[in-house]
Amino acid sequence: MRHAAPDRDRPDPSAPPPPPRLAFFLAYLQVGLSGFGGANAWMRRVIVEERGWLTEQEFAEYLGVSQILPGPNALNCAVMIGDRFHGTVGAVLALLGILGGPLVPLLGIAGIYAQFGSEPMVAATLKGLAAAAAGMTIGTALKISTRLRPGLALTAVGVCAFVGIGLLRLPLLAVVLALTPLGILAAWWSAPWRGSVQ
Amino acid sequence: MTGGTLALLIQLTLVFAPLSLAAIGGAIAVLPEIQRQVVEIHGWVTADSFMDLFALAQAAPGPNMMVVSLIGWQVAGVVGLLVATIAMVGPPALLALALGRLRARFAGLSWVRVTQAGLIPIALGLNLASGVVLAQAAHQGVTTLVLTLGTTLFVWLTRWSPLWTLAIGAVAGMAAS
Repeated sequence: MRHAAPDRDRPDPSAPPPPPRLAFFLAYLQVGLSGFGGANAWMRRVIVEERGWLTEQEFAEYLGVSQILPGPNALNCAVMIGDRFHGTVGAVLALLGILGGPLVPLLGIAGIYAQFGSEPMVAATLKGLAAAAAGMTIGTALKISTRLRPGLALTAVGVCAFVGIGLLRLPLLAVVLALTPLGILAAWWSAPWRGSVQ
Repeated sequence: MTGGTLALLIQLTLVFAPLSLAAIGGAIAVLPEIQRQVVEIHGWVTADSFMDLFALAQAAPGPNMMVVSLIGWQVAGVVGLLVATIAMVGPPALLALALGRLRARFAGLSWVRVTQAGLIPIALGLNLASGVVLAQAAHQGVTTLVLTLGTTLFVWLTRWSPLWTLAIGAVAGMAAS
């Protein structure tokens, strides 16, 4: 149980010091540059797995909150994580890295595509890349899920979200609106799993 | 900058800034509306090149919303690219900044923590669904299926960099053509 007044920069007194600004920017540049097929998966890979700046739980919380906001989830996550470590400057650094990094390769690929896009080999290469990128998105979601070990109730909510959008193709807004109260209920139900909620 | 270019840039902003706030769940959610505005209403690009630009934004690194950057680039060059990107990113980023601060401020309250915990499985379910939808879009027989399943297991069960499987995917796609 934690009673300490929350502090924006140091949510937990035992938390490690924030990463230096340059290292933080470079990490987001890496996320942007390698972010084939979904920046979320790469952000988790770089920030949680490689650098260890956030725990799996902390990252998943940012992911959860950013989906109720408009705009790309990955960018919302980047803004909030940047702000956590370095305030507004951190948010701007994260955005510059994640968007600025891929800009040059994107324009390069667009140029190549404009010239060779009709070649079947180019299309086939892109298909292979897209298939692997899809697997990366699926694998990352499964990895976070198995690491967080949610209880039965929370797992059921996640499965509903997946079935509603992935299989039934229901409208996103309706699914999120319907499942949010159920998710909160499930989290309340399984609060002992989180240890510190009460 | 000519008056015509300036007018174009203002139009780009007026199209993308409001759309950015409607994009709950990411740019994919407003993709049909982006197409309607860009292809049908303003005629900035043809329907075919719109699909090409989207495929490129998916194939290239970076968030999928960068299709908007590419449209800006097609419409008004590098300035157009910057203006379209900022219009699409700026408004949600400001909201995220505000919500992030509120969240940190009230992180100690138990209902805030329960709410956050309740949103996590929805986010994971949606991510999983995006992966499956993308896999279906990329599906083209056994090769792509094996690539998707192989990468899934590789990322799920190992700590090695997924860049390897992406490279294998590109090479396998090329070889299968």
